[in-house]
Amino acid sequence: MKITIQRSEYEKMLAHARNERPNEACGLIAGRDVEGVRQIVTVYLLTNIDHTNEHFSIDPREQLLAIKQMRKDGLVPLGNWHSHPETPARPSEEDKRLANDSKASYLILSLAQEDHPVLHAFHVEGAQGEKTVRKEELIIVEEAS
Amino acid sequence: MKIKVAGEVKEVKEGLTLTELIEIEQVETPQYVTVSLNEEFVESGSFAETVLKDGDDVEFLYFMGGGR
Repeated sequence: MKITIQRSEYEKMLAHARNERPNEACGLIAGRDVEGVRQIVTVYLLTNIDHTNEHFSIDPREQLLAIKQMRKDGLVPLGNWHSHPETPARPSEEDKRLANDSKASYLILSLAQEDHPVLHAFHVEGAQGEKTVRKEELIIVEEAS
Repeated sequence: MKIKVAGEVKEVKEGLTLTELIEIEQVETPQYVTVSLNEEFVESGSFAETVLKDGDDVEFLYFMGGGR
């Protein structure tokens, strides 16, 4: 699966993740699925109700409101994103265990290197204990001026 | 009767429970799904006795979380 994200939405995600440090930041992604390419149009910045640097749980009420807003905007939910303030951009065992929507893309933004944030996307599927993770191609798209 | 499921209007039988709807909709890993009914969250232990009514608005939300 190929995923694209507008530069401005990526920057919005990055700024929020930096602001939320030392805690993990999180949210949803929405957009369009066009001929097998997932185009992220909007990044939703939602509350991590765990408020720690080790875990995240998206506020379910904000999640519900975001889903309804996506529909109003003619977008579809594509998955979620969260930050790893101190660790690489790869799914932890807990990330894999709690990735239960096989249709979703899971984006992880690492802030481990201050001047070199890294964003990767993953697809997770399979039963508990047998989850398989596949890295997805993610492209940050520069917007036309 | 008609209910709305994830924004889509569907015709379902009278007296349908949330548990039955979860089966009909083939919700993946339902143990990790939060259900909202008319924008109120339903306790997972109450799905079997929650009977849907005409015009109800149901959303299935995957718990979204993780850790480093």
